[in-house]
Amino acid sequence: MSVQTYTPAAFHRQAHEALENPQIRANFRKAMDGLMSKRRDSFDDWDLETLRELGASIRLRALAKLPDLLERLEANCQANGIRVHWAEDGEQACRIIRELCEAREATSVIKGKSMVSEEMHLNAHLEAAGIAALESDLGEYLVQLNEQTPSHIIMPAIHLNTDEIAGIMHDKTGIERTRDVDAMTAAARLQLRERFMAADVGVSGVNFAVAETGTLCLVENEGNGRMTTTVPPVHIAVTGIEKVVEHLRDVAPLYSLLTRSATGQHVTTYFNMISGPRRPGEHDGPEEVHLVLVDNGRSNIYQDDQLLDTLRCIRCGACMNHCPVYTRVGGHSYGTTYPGPIGSILMPHLEGLESTRDLPTASSLCGACGEVCPVKIPIPDLLVRLRRESVGEGRGNVRGAGVKRSRKELAAWKGWQWLATHPGLWRSGTAMAGRLRGLTPAHLGPWTDYRTAPKPAKTTLHGLLKQRRARQAAEEKDA
Amino acid sequence: MTPVKLYPARPDKVYFYGTCLVDLFFPQAGLDGIRLLEREGIEVIFPEDQTCCGQPAYTSGYQDEARAVAATQLDLFPGPWPIIVPSGSCGGMMRVHYPDLFAGTEREAQAREVADRVFELTEFLVHVCHLRLADRGGPEKVAMHTSCSARREMGLAATGPALLGRLEGVELVEPARATECCGFGGTFAVRHPEVSAAMVEDKSRAIEATGAEHFVTSDCGCLMNIAGRLEHRQGAVRGEHIASYLWQRTS
Repeated sequence: MSVQTYTPAAFHRQAHEALENPQIRANFRKAMDGLMSKRRDSFDDWDLETLRELGASIRLRALAKLPDLLERLEANCQANGIRVHWAEDGEQACRIIRELCEAREATSVIKGKSMVSEEMHLNAHLEAAGIAALESDLGEYLVQLNEQTPSHIIMPAIHLNTDEIAGIMHDKTGIERTRDVDAMTAAARLQLRERFMAADVGVSGVNFAVAETGTLCLVENEGNGRMTTTVPPVHIAVTGIEKVVEHLRDVAPLYSLLTRSATGQHVTTYFNMISGPRRPGEHDGPEEVHLVLVDNGRSNIYQDDQLLDTLRCIRCGACMNHCPVYTRVGGHSYGTTYPGPIGSILMPHLEGLESTRDLPTASSLCGACGEVCPVKIPIPDLLVRLRRESVGEGRGNVRGAGVKRSRKELAAWKGWQWLATHPGLWRSGTAMAGRLRGLTPAHLGPWTDYRTAPKPAKTTLHGLLKQRRARQAAEEKDA
Repeated sequence: MTPVKLYPARPDKVYFYGTCLVDLFFPQAGLDGIRLLEREGIEVIFPEDQTCCGQPAYTSGYQDEARAVAATQLDLFPGPWPIIVPSGSCGGMMRVHYPDLFAGTEREAQAREVADRVFELTEFLVHVCHLRLADRGGPEKVAMHTSCSARREMGLAATGPALLGRLEGVELVEPARATECCGFGGTFAVRHPEVSAAMVEDKSRAIEATGAEHFVTSDCGCLMNIAGRLEHRQGAVRGEHIASYLWQRTS
């Protein structure tokens, strides 16, 4: 099977294919319904609004001090023996990691889950240099076996159901075909265990990087994160520069918000706090620990006081779990590393509006994403802001700004503006529409493929009220 | 988060902002809304020069065009009276987005002042009029769809159902996934018609599954979308604006 590729430019086609695929539709609907109810239950006895306020304020404070915190993080990491590297873009980050691997003559890398590594296409880069990169998160492992990309940032294989997974495990790893989830998990565990022991380097992501202590926090359920960061002789953590928080005490509220918002868990099975390589006299742990801090467009977002809110994100995925569009088209339709609402406000900065132009409009602005966001990112407002940038009426500081500017569409809005600012003409126009209602076409493009055409009323509200006034005046006269 | 709104005492007069969808497609809903207010002894002023709040352009990214149209609407309400809007999405545009749209312009203070006076119809009937309803209709099952703007932008998930709950003969039923969007979203339905269609299909099936004879909503965008889908499928459930339903049951 060839690698399936999805691109943001093909959103419409990919969404169409997903909508036509009952298996995809059912898998996502079922999974999202489950995740929504788990989240709801997990916050049952919490003052959720207060906690979200706190989460938002922690993230805003960290972003307000970002340059300073990054310097403190670097200094404190180095004091702990963690070597810190800076990468301006994904390519540079890949190069840094490859060179670290080459310095150890590494041929195999085991990976914990990291969306930043997906964003910079690390696996492909390493493989081109002859270094095998194996995903160890179960979902990522399945997706990699199936030569796909993740369809969700927390649950990469959420688009697959048990039967499909059974097929992949049988076809790609040679185990006996079974629908027994425990048996499949046990098989994957054995397969991965060998690879952990043989890996030269472990690459992981970071959930929170604590500036005041130089600690890297990693949230996970499978233990693969702990294996990745402790078994191989070298651990390389890679993360976006926005993941820094100021204090250790900032982590607890964010962690509570993250796990509940993501999977409805009160705690995860593992919570790792990494504070340096193996020290003399210690029996285990890596000999080297590196932290690669990736910018990749983030400092550009940081320059804009509205877009900055995008960087609050703690990557819980609740926005996609609650998005009625994501639920129907699934993650791959977006064709981006980060799908769903957060992807639609983040990807245009990473890849430019030229290719991602259809993503900010792929929302009914229903506000479900903003309502559940644990750090209160005003996602709908940011979607509107990017629509503005797309049509060239924003600040012009987003890559590809103005790409959707069309003379025809602008003329239509200008015409609408002209009518709506000339109330006399507006009234004549709407009254005329009512008189000509018989001429309303029965087919109005795709609208009428699924709905009847809306027909203007015979008389507008303006008209009805005018008639009523006339009637009342006549009655008064008679009286 | 929707800030806590302090409600004024019942005024003598209000402005009524009909919205363009009501004006053109559902004028009866506007008229019924006005009658409900008048029946409470409130004089209703309908500014003749109202056109559109500007939302379609605003959400499409055409901010300059939206602002030009919104500016002419700001001048329609010179008196100190509340502005009643029979739509959560137009109400949300005026209450939430006008202040941002005019931020840093000479109309900023005016936009804030107008925004503070905007009330969605059901909100006003519940929280300001403390409306009592004497139900004259027979027993009936009704499903309510609250628009996303009313629910999330204006924080008004409860006011529509509260009014229906005051009708003795009405059994209010909740469709599955009641909080999910119907898929209208203004220009979203045009730009992403297939996704929108999948959403309205699920919404209309959920409404049908309640066994309700009627569904009501406080937003004509949702009404056009859901009722249009039901009619296209030749379903039996009829939809209407909540103002019309309340008026019919109580007059």
